[in-house]
Amino acid sequence: MDLNYSAQELAFRDEVRAWLDASIPADLRDKVLNYRDLAKDDLVRWHKILAKKGWVAPSWPREWGGTDWSPVERYIFEEEYAYAGAPPIVPFGPTMCASVLLEFGTEAQKRHFLPRIYHCDDFWCQGYSEPGSGSDLASLKTRAERHGDHYVVNGQKIWTTLGHYGDWIFCLVRTDASSKKQEGISFLLIDMKTPGITVRPLILLDEGHEVNEVFFDDVKVPLENRVHEEGKGWTVAKYLLGHERLNTGRIGASKRELLKLKEYAAHAPKDGRPLLDDPRFRDKVSRVEIELMALEITNLRFVDEMRRTGRIGAEVSMLKIKGTEIQQAITELLMQAAGPLAQAFRPIDYEGFDGFTASIAPRYFNFRKTSIYAGSNEIQRNIIAKAALGL
Amino acid sequence: MDFQYTEEQQLLADSVARLVEKRYDFESRQRIVASHAGHSDEAWRELAGLGLLSLPFAQDDGGYGGGAVDLIGTMEAIGAGLVVEPFLSTLAPAGRLVACCGSAAQRAALLPAIIDGTLKLAFAHGERGARYTLSRVETRAGKAGEGWVLNGEKVAVLHAPMADRLVVSARTAGVPADEAGIGLFVVDAQAPGLAMRTYRTVDNLRAADLVLKDVKLPAGALLGEAGGALPAIEEAVDFAIVLLCAEAVGAMRYANEATLEYLKTRRQFGVPIGSFQALQHRTVDMTISAEQARSITYLACARVDAAARGEIDAAERRRVVSAAKVKVADAARHVGQEAIQLHGGMGMTQEMKVSHTFKRLAMIAQQFGDAEHHLERFAAADSGAGRTAG
Repeated sequence: MDLNYSAQELAFRDEVRAWLDASIPADLRDKVLNYRDLAKDDLVRWHKILAKKGWVAPSWPREWGGTDWSPVERYIFEEEYAYAGAPPIVPFGPTMCASVLLEFGTEAQKRHFLPRIYHCDDFWCQGYSEPGSGSDLASLKTRAERHGDHYVVNGQKIWTTLGHYGDWIFCLVRTDASSKKQEGISFLLIDMKTPGITVRPLILLDEGHEVNEVFFDDVKVPLENRVHEEGKGWTVAKYLLGHERLNTGRIGASKRELLKLKEYAAHAPKDGRPLLDDPRFRDKVSRVEIELMALEITNLRFVDEMRRTGRIGAEVSMLKIKGTEIQQAITELLMQAAGPLAQAFRPIDYEGFDGFTASIAPRYFNFRKTSIYAGSNEIQRNIIAKAALGL
Repeated sequence: MDFQYTEEQQLLADSVARLVEKRYDFESRQRIVASHAGHSDEAWRELAGLGLLSLPFAQDDGGYGGGAVDLIGTMEAIGAGLVVEPFLSTLAPAGRLVACCGSAAQRAALLPAIIDGTLKLAFAHGERGARYTLSRVETRAGKAGEGWVLNGEKVAVLHAPMADRLVVSARTAGVPADEAGIGLFVVDAQAPGLAMRTYRTVDNLRAADLVLKDVKLPAGALLGEAGGALPAIEEAVDFAIVLLCAEAVGAMRYANEATLEYLKTRRQFGVPIGSFQALQHRTVDMTISAEQARSITYLACARVDAAARGEIDAAERRRVVSAAKVKVADAARHVGQEAIQLHGGMGMTQEMKVSHTFKRLAMIAQQFGDAEHHLERFAAADSGAGRTAG
């Protein structure tokens, strides 16, 4: 047993750290660290910088732009990336759509879409959930009827993250209403400029605009934009669910946020002393920090398992559960640290207004999403119970 | 980075697990704890026969030269099997204090006997009112000619009734809670003036409260410098804590396996109770608690070894060891309580092994400091702006 990175891995970490430090534009890092919204231009600008470096899609095969990093190196990269305050690489294109294309796409689809995804020529989003189909995704109702060389799509998607930035959307649609619910689903790539598509914002409780409803009204989609066979969309969806699950713990980001919490609480006075020195508050912070120390090792144990065996078990869902609990706990403690000042919200444009403090409570509210999205934590528990514990 | 045991570590862990399975099944264990002595010389000899007692001692002292990491598998097997033998008490803190503070002559006199299983030790340190504060020692060691004379009381000394010798802390100078002024003495369990009130602990170990009244010791009984023992005590207790954490990891593994098995076989309303989501989710949370405890135990064992090699300082060792103890204490209580709840009425009986595992876990949670004690120590050891949480 050796819990240390090798000299080679440490050198890699230093290289990644140094490059990120030097390459993240100051204005973007500032937005990330101060919880401000990133515009589409911000995301695309950073994506192109990372693409130029060749690090936008480490997991892809080398021929398409992947890096051939080991699981450990990929983990190191993700952790450094999150810690550094880099804008996110929105996963719908490089991580999700691309994985599907690499596994199930035709040569023509790969050649057309993968380079455009790599360079963010198209901004992708995901059309999975529907108003009546959340955790029970396979009950989805959006229809795609075949008319000659195209499908006609009608229905509605919901929770479409950054749908208002989207150029393309990949969707699960029902192509056969008569078969069992997991059958009869197909996976379509849809150009969002196609007539009949309407995107409507859904404003979250922090008043932020990140998710949308997307309506499809007689939208024509060429047959060649279907990935995998007709009726095999659920196979594709399941494949994606099992993909890229080694980074759901978000260790790097939580380390950064925990440090921020401690710094904030060290400067927040309580009776003339730092709040962080108040034992009642400090113990709560410490328990989160300890949970994060443990989760980092748990995460590395899964990375090690992947490295040794090429696969990981369903227990990996625990990274999502614990990771999100930690993220949420940090936002909650930060809000507590802000005390009465946490109430201030908007406007934030008068001089002397502490914009960071005013962003703390909205972030707390916003982060309640983390235990709901990407397979709610209850669904994750179902997965562990059934697939890992055999219940 | 590698989370696998080496082949050697794995072989050893397997042979301990086999021994425990064969010789220390629940029925045998219950017979042992009900016996007058409360432990088994035969099992002890067999454990020693595997070479386990040599693991943490230096090769120069006749040991294997390993560290905490080499003992994880052994402690896990001890935890899963609820072994009551004085394995940990002998190795640490007591044995480790002999190894680190003892002179060449003292080490030569004691360590080979520990290693071959003929010498059992206990660490007589805690006192009434000291709670978990290691510096709070009132027992006095006065000079008497060339030698020493000890007076005072010690409480809840684990495994003292079966120990051949005790490592006793006593104040050679200063007042209770002074960091300086604490010395360590090797005392024969039969020494005149030493009275033991022995008892069974709630988790079926044996312990004793000691009264030392004019216990006369030769000069050679002193381990290390008079008055300078606290850093060594802290280190040896930290070493014992991480091994105790590994024992808890084994006990939690058993509790979770037993609970899972019960959920799959116990039927109500015509179905196995494990088909109920309310119980499934609780079982998943028990699994997560146990895995998190395992992870931080690995980390703490590695850090204790790194500190012993001089690669990290004592503050960092303290920080990580306390973190592990907090997590393990929380997880031990969580897993233990839930295991009983999910076993229903059966979990409340003496008949089920899991009930005994619960009791052991509850005591481990408080041994060498509970979660609150270690939260305080964790915060005190934090240098502030550490780059990594790990």
